[in-house]
Amino acid sequence: MRLCHSMMNYFPEEVLEHVFDFLTSHRDRNAVSLVCKSWYSVERLSREKVFIGNCYAINPERLIARFPRVRSLTLKGKPHFADFNLVPHDWGGYVYPWIDAMAKCGINLEELRLKRMVVSDESLELLAKSFPNFKALVLVSCEGFTTDGLAAIASNCRFLRELDLQENDVDDRKGQWLSCFPDTCTSLVSLNFACLKGEVNMAALERLIARCPNLKSLRLNHSVPLDALQKILVQAPQLIDLGTGSFVHDPDSEICNKLKNVLQKCTSIRSLSGFLDVNSRCLPSIYPVCTNLTSLNLSYAPEIFSIELIKLIRHCKKLERLWILDTIGDKGLVVVAATCKELQELRVFPSDLNGMGNAEVTEVGLVAISAGCPKLNSLLYFCQQMTNAALVTVAKNCPNFIRFRLCTLNPTIPDAMTNQPLDEGFGAIVRSCKGLKRLSVSGLLTDQVFLYIGMYAEQLEMLSIAFAGNSDKGMLYVLNGCKKLKKLEIRDSPFGDVALLADTGKYQTM
Amino acid sequence: MVDMVSYDDGRCRKLGFEETELRLGLPGGGEKTNANYGKRGFEETVDLKLNLSSKEMTLDQNDLKLEQSLSKEKKLLPCSNDSVKPPAKAQVVGWPPVRSFRKNVVMAVQKKTDAEEAEKGNGGAAAFVKVSMDGAPYLRKVDLKIYKTYQELYDALGKMFSSFTMGKCDSQGVVDFMNESKLMDLLNGSDYVPTYEDKDGDWMLVGDVPWEMFVESCKRLRIMKGTEAKGLAPKAMEKCKSRS
Repeated sequence: MRLCHSMMNYFPEEVLEHVFDFLTSHRDRNAVSLVCKSWYSVERLSREKVFIGNCYAINPERLIARFPRVRSLTLKGKPHFADFNLVPHDWGGYVYPWIDAMAKCGINLEELRLKRMVVSDESLELLAKSFPNFKALVLVSCEGFTTDGLAAIASNCRFLRELDLQENDVDDRKGQWLSCFPDTCTSLVSLNFACLKGEVNMAALERLIARCPNLKSLRLNHSVPLDALQKILVQAPQLIDLGTGSFVHDPDSEICNKLKNVLQKCTSIRSLSGFLDVNSRCLPSIYPVCTNLTSLNLSYAPEIFSIELIKLIRHCKKLERLWILDTIGDKGLVVVAATCKELQELRVFPSDLNGMGNAEVTEVGLVAISAGCPKLNSLLYFCQQMTNAALVTVAKNCPNFIRFRLCTLNPTIPDAMTNQPLDEGFGAIVRSCKGLKRLSVSGLLTDQVFLYIGMYAEQLEMLSIAFAGNSDKGMLYVLNGCKKLKKLEIRDSPFGDVALLADTGKYQTM
Repeated sequence: MVDMVSYDDGRCRKLGFEETELRLGLPGGGEKTNANYGKRGFEETVDLKLNLSSKEMTLDQNDLKLEQSLSKEKKLLPCSNDSVKPPAKAQVVGWPPVRSFRKNVVMAVQKKTDAEEAEKGNGGAAAFVKVSMDGAPYLRKVDLKIYKTYQELYDALGKMFSSFTMGKCDSQGVVDFMNESKLMDLLNGSDYVPTYEDKDGDWMLVGDVPWEMFVESCKRLRIMKGTEAKGLAPKAMEKCKSRS
């Protein structure tokens, strides 16, 4: 051991730096920086991408002091439960202090990725004006800004490659933010404004797309009609990822025919989403791209009936990722199971949020999918009901789950056949899926399920619990058992201070 | 957590342990002095939720009382053998766990379809069918659902294709095909005759069946020259005869 250590010391720092260049995962770089002082020093001066999973874990000054060469920063703010209105509105997660600190210290920021943070127009303006090489802005589930902030980004970031807005709450100021991209802007690779509520200038959009030959990913909002989409696609046949805007037109019209023709020329499209407003009878226009699709997101299109969905799915034999609404029904999931043999990720979202509703997705659909799609490793499944027997079968069919999130629409519903808690079913899942990293449980659950989780879920990093368990024992099983647990979110479950504070040392690793 | 530091001045401050203490409080619930605030059964959640004035509340006063009495009566022990369900009308905050963006999309569409159905009254979408007329340079489309009788349809079609003339309807609006001579006069004339393709793919003379049945089964309309429609007449006659 001593011999190795002293040999490593003979390598000049440049060599170490070069070796560290091959370490792309931030966990690997974190590990490397713990080895010794010289490695820590080389690593910190060469790190360009920094990931901060909790924006309050460290302050901006500390970040800059340790990583002066940071070019790409990822920040996460509010906890996951904030997406469901379970976190107080004034919790925090403001990005301004970060941008301000980096601007003052002359950081050469090129990429900023934010999730669940509060972003003001002032911060966007400061961002746009402070970093001349700024290239990529990705905002997921953020709020606090308007289209004026976007206008600042468009006007000032001369080398902008990526503007990706996913499910943010943005106020529309009726300005022409898209028209603020100067004629000299030709560098766009990715443009996603699907979540914006307002209109954009169609002519400006068409011109922008025409002058960006490297555009690979384009996601439009609902204000872009079908005929504009057709014209845009003529200019951008190189697209790999397309999100349509509104997909409504007279299906027998010339426009739908033209669209079908132009889509036939877009041979690179592998990912499709959008359909924010859709006439099902126009869907056949997209059949040309379905054969090569690997990713399909129809989860914003509740107007598409089960029959239409099924017809569409039959064309998509290479699908690896499918996000869909429960309007597809168990019958539709059987068709998915028969058609999509390459499927890795499935998300089935609820279409009726008011009550227990008319959801036709039950354990039957899930069992069919598990039997038909052997490569399935990631699941988010909202369903009307579930049974232990089904979960046991799913566990047997798919031992490769990395993410398993089940959400029964009635949060405390028992096994639909036996009326028992769903402990055994989830127990089977954690026993069988040795690589399980993320788990969300629901339905009627006692402390027993947590015993299973603590015993078997050795790789578990994130656990979501709601309305589950009987006593503190449940929590103790989990906290004592899951050695790799990083994130724990609990709501409406009877766990008190005794359990949660029993081993505060554990929280250091979380 | 109401005692968090506000960041309006844009500066970060190190948080004291108390402020980062784990709690199981509901959003907006404020400071809890009750030492036992950690343990809460489901019924307390529903109660607490009902006491908050939040936008998610959809219950009116009567429902509120019903909820509170229900939760007190039912001791909701998860390990009991009764199938436990939240009170039917209560909307649990943040359940199902779906992002607001997605919720808004789905709700907006639901509102739209509800409004459409309310307008139409008969709960169906429009029934547009193509109308072609022999010799006309282009086709038209009509929404059959906006007419209530055959005569209304004929009037509308007549306006669309001005050289179009049609036989008269009897009191029920059904063209009288029972009278063979009238039918033959109609077909032998240079008048046009409306025909339609039904669900089975057969071409039929319009006016044969009651209006509602026609709307359900009509896939497209074709206004044929009377002379060409002769082949259809025997079919119509057969159907009429079998009915009587």
